[in-house]
Amino acid sequence: MNRLTWRKMVNAVMSSVTALCALIAVVPLLFVLGLLVVKGTSSLNWAFFTKLPVPVGETGGGIANAIVGSAELLLLAALFGVPLGVAGGIYLSEFGGWGVPFVVRYAADLLVTVPSIVIGIFAYAVVVLPVGHFSALAGGFALGVMLLPIVVTNTEQFLRTVPVWLREGSLALGAGHWKTTMSVVVPAAMQGILTGILLALARVAGETAPLIFTAFNNAYWNRGLNQPVSSLPYMIWIYGISAYDDWHRQAWAAALLLLGLVLVVNVLSRLVLARRMASRRIA
Amino acid sequence: MSATDAARLDVTQNLNPEKAQETAAVPEAGRNQPAVKIKARNVDFFYGPKQVLQGISADIRERRITALIGPSGCGKTTFLRTINRMYETVKNARADGELLLDSESIFDLALPHLRRRVGMVFQKPNPFPKSIFDNVAYGPRVHGLANGARLAELVEQSLRGAALWEEVKDSLHKSAFSLSGGQQQRLSIARALAIDPEVLLLDEPCSALDPISTAKIEELLFAIENRCTLVIVTHNMAQAARVADYTGFFLTGKLVEFNDTKTIFTNPSRKETEDYITGRFG
Repeated sequence: MNRLTWRKMVNAVMSSVTALCALIAVVPLLFVLGLLVVKGTSSLNWAFFTKLPVPVGETGGGIANAIVGSAELLLLAALFGVPLGVAGGIYLSEFGGWGVPFVVRYAADLLVTVPSIVIGIFAYAVVVLPVGHFSALAGGFALGVMLLPIVVTNTEQFLRTVPVWLREGSLALGAGHWKTTMSVVVPAAMQGILTGILLALARVAGETAPLIFTAFNNAYWNRGLNQPVSSLPYMIWIYGISAYDDWHRQAWAAALLLLGLVLVVNVLSRLVLARRMASRRIA
Repeated sequence: MSATDAARLDVTQNLNPEKAQETAAVPEAGRNQPAVKIKARNVDFFYGPKQVLQGISADIRERRITALIGPSGCGKTTFLRTINRMYETVKNARADGELLLDSESIFDLALPHLRRRVGMVFQKPNPFPKSIFDNVAYGPRVHGLANGARLAELVEQSLRGAALWEEVKDSLHKSAFSLSGGQQQRLSIARALAIDPEVLLLDEPCSALDPISTAKIEELLFAIENRCTLVIVTHNMAQAARVADYTGFFLTGKLVEFNDTKTIFTNPSRKETEDYITGRFG
C-alpha cells in the first residue's frame, strides 16, 4: 500500500469515527424529542392551553394556569436578574480593575454551578420564611438568582468584544468614561446582551427544583404575586409522578410545550446573533 | 545619476508646489512662519519601565499640515496620542516634559476641555453604532454646544466640511455602518469637526482606504487646513510629500529631523532621514 492510499484511508476512518460520535451525542436529544412528540401531541388541544386543571376522574381541562404562571415567574426573574446582571457585567468589563472584578467573576462562575435545589432553599430562607408562605415573588427571586451569574458573565463577554478603537472614538471627542460606556459601548454590544438574556431565560424556564420551596404550586389562577403560583416544570413533575394516566398524558404535553418554547427562543436568538456577527464583519 | 538620486527624485515629484511656496525659505528661523500652536520640549514617554519617546522637541505651526513619518514602532503614533492624552487609557503609560497648546500645558488642561480643542481621527474608520446624524451630533451633544435646529445646522456644516453632505443628505437617519469605508472615514472627520477643534490629529487616516478614497481625504485636508491645525501620522511618504507643509521624521523613539517638507525630502540634514526617504530601510 503506498503512502497516499494509506493517508486517504486514515482520513476516511477518522472522519467516520468523529461523525459517529457526533451522532451518538445527539441521539438522546432526538429520542427525548421524539418521545415527547409521540406521547404529548395527542393531549395538545385548545382546552389544554386555555382551561384550568380538572379534578382526577373528570376528562378535559388544561394547564393554562401553569403557562401563565411560568410567564409570571420568568418576568419576575428577569426584573430581578437582568438589571443587576447587566449592571454587574458593565462594571466588570468597563470599570473593574483587578481585585474586585476577580472576586465577582469567580463568584459568578461558582454560582452557575451551585445545584438549583440549593438556590431554592436559599430563596426559601430569605423570602419564604420571613413572609411565612410560598409566593410567586419567592419563585421569581429564586429563578432570578439563577439568572444573575449567567447574565453577568454573558454581558461582560459581549462588552469585551467591543473594539478599543470604538471606545477611543468617543473618548477622543471629550466624552467621559460613563458617557462612552452608555452611549457607544453598550449599544454596540446590545444585540449580544439581549440574546444572552433570552438564552438565560430559556435555560431557567425549565428549572423545577428552585420552585419547590418557593413558588410551590397552585391548582387555580394565581391571585397575586404574594400567592403560590403554578408553573410548567412543576406541573410536569407533579403530573409525572402521579398515578393517573390522564395526568401522565398532560405531563407529556406540557413537557413538549416547554421544550418547544425553549427551542424557539434558542433558535431565534442564535439567528439574531449570527446575523450580528455577519454584519460586524462587513463593518 | 545614482540610485539614491533617482529614488529621491521619485518622491520629490509628489511634492506639492503650492505647499512648497507656502513654506519657502523658512529653515532660517522665524521669517513668515505662522504662530506655534503646539510646542513640545523634551517630551519623554514611558510604558511602564520602557521608554518609547526620548526628548521630543518640535514646534507645530498653526493652520498648517504637519506630517509625522518613520518606520513602524518608532513612536510617531505615541507622540500623536500624547497630544490629546489618549495614552491615558493605557495602564502604566506616562509622559514627561513640556507640551504646550498655545501657552497652556496639555497636562494641566481638563480632559474634556483638551479633547474638545484637540480632535482625533483614527486609523480604522470607527463610526458609532448610531445613525449618520447621531454620529456627527455626538460631540456637540456631549459638550452641550447645540440642540434642535441649531444642531441640525451644525451637523450639515460638519458633513459639508468633510465633503460627505451630498452623499448622505437623504439618508441621515440610516445607520453609519451602511456607508463605505471611505465614507465612514470622512464621517469620522465630520464627527471630529463638529466640535470645532483647534487641532486635528490624524493617525494614518488612509491606511485602510483605496487610492480614490485616499485622494478624497487628502483634498479634504487642504480644505480643513484653513480652520484647524493638522498633524497627520502616515506610513506613506508620497502622502507626506503631497499634503504636508512640515514633516517630522521619527526613528526609535527620537525625532531625528523636523523641517519644512521640501527640505526633508530634497535636502535632509541627517543621514538616517535620507536613508529612510530613499527607501534603504523601513
